Amino acid sequence: MHGFANPARFLRIAGWLTPLCLLGGVGIAAAALAWGLFAAPPDRLMGDTVRILFIHVPAAWLGMAGWMTIAIAGLAELVWRHPLAGIAARAAAVPGAVFTALCLVTGSLWGRPAWGTWWVWDGRLTSMLILLFLYFGYIALADATRRDGDGGGSGRVAAIFGLVGAINIPIINRSVVWWNSLHQPASITLGKSTIDMAFLWPLLAATIGFSLIFGGVVLMRMRAILADIQAEARLRRKAMVDA
Amino acid sequence: MREALDEWAFVTAAYVVGVGGTALMIAWSWLAMRRAEKRRERSREL
Repeated sequence: MHGFANPARFLRIAGWLTPLCLLGGVGIAAAALAWGLFAAPPDRLMGDTVRILFIHVPAAWLGMAGWMTIAIAGLAELVWRHPLAGIAARAAAVPGAVFTALCLVTGSLWGRPAWGTWWVWDGRLTSMLILLFLYFGYIALADATRRDGDGGGSGRVAAIFGLVGAINIPIINRSVVWWNSLHQPASITLGKSTIDMAFLWPLLAATIGFSLIFGGVVLMRMRAILADIQAEARLRRKAMVDA
Repeated sequence: MREALDEWAFVTAAYVVGVGGTALMIAWSWLAMRRAEKRRERSREL
């Protein structure tokens, strides 16, 4: 893992990986959404609103995956002092928050015609809203404490916050089992799916496409943070030489 | 009694929000990266 700890080496890899992830992700996601919108049939019970799931489900997955990225990167920062881990955690926070917000909004747009209400305070929706607030807290904390570490990472306090906040992920996942909910139970589990193939394939394609976009955005934000650190270090060196 | 809602209006709104939000996030991150890399280049020239 420390083979990728060198920022120069990371920037070389990110240079070709960023456009690959972004262009591949946009292409696959666009094809999957067009497939879901125009080629997939309406569902027997949900009608045409089933098409919202091709955006809602990838957004939910990436909202949770974003926080797991923060938690794993936080662990790598605290335990192995990996120099890029804190930067990766900071870079994953904004796309994670955006996809969590998109999950909540598209879920609400699906809930109105399907359940007859925009919102209910049940376990799944509430724990997802808490995830969004955790993201806001993490972004503010990482920004305020980034200078206590190596100058570019999220800082130890934010890394600990990321690890503690990960407790919400299994709660989101199990909420539909533990509590009564309008939200349906998981349709896709490890090795098993109750979704018809007509919906499953575009859903999987959309999930892959949006995941690649997420990866591309994280790489762009890591490159931005690294460039800021390098510019700041040069200006500081120059100021010391001039003084 | 079931409300007669236009399902496509909700589908369209979800796609506009989802695709628009994702596009804005990509554009914002790309601009932030370009600006930061330009700042780094300018600091090299000082």
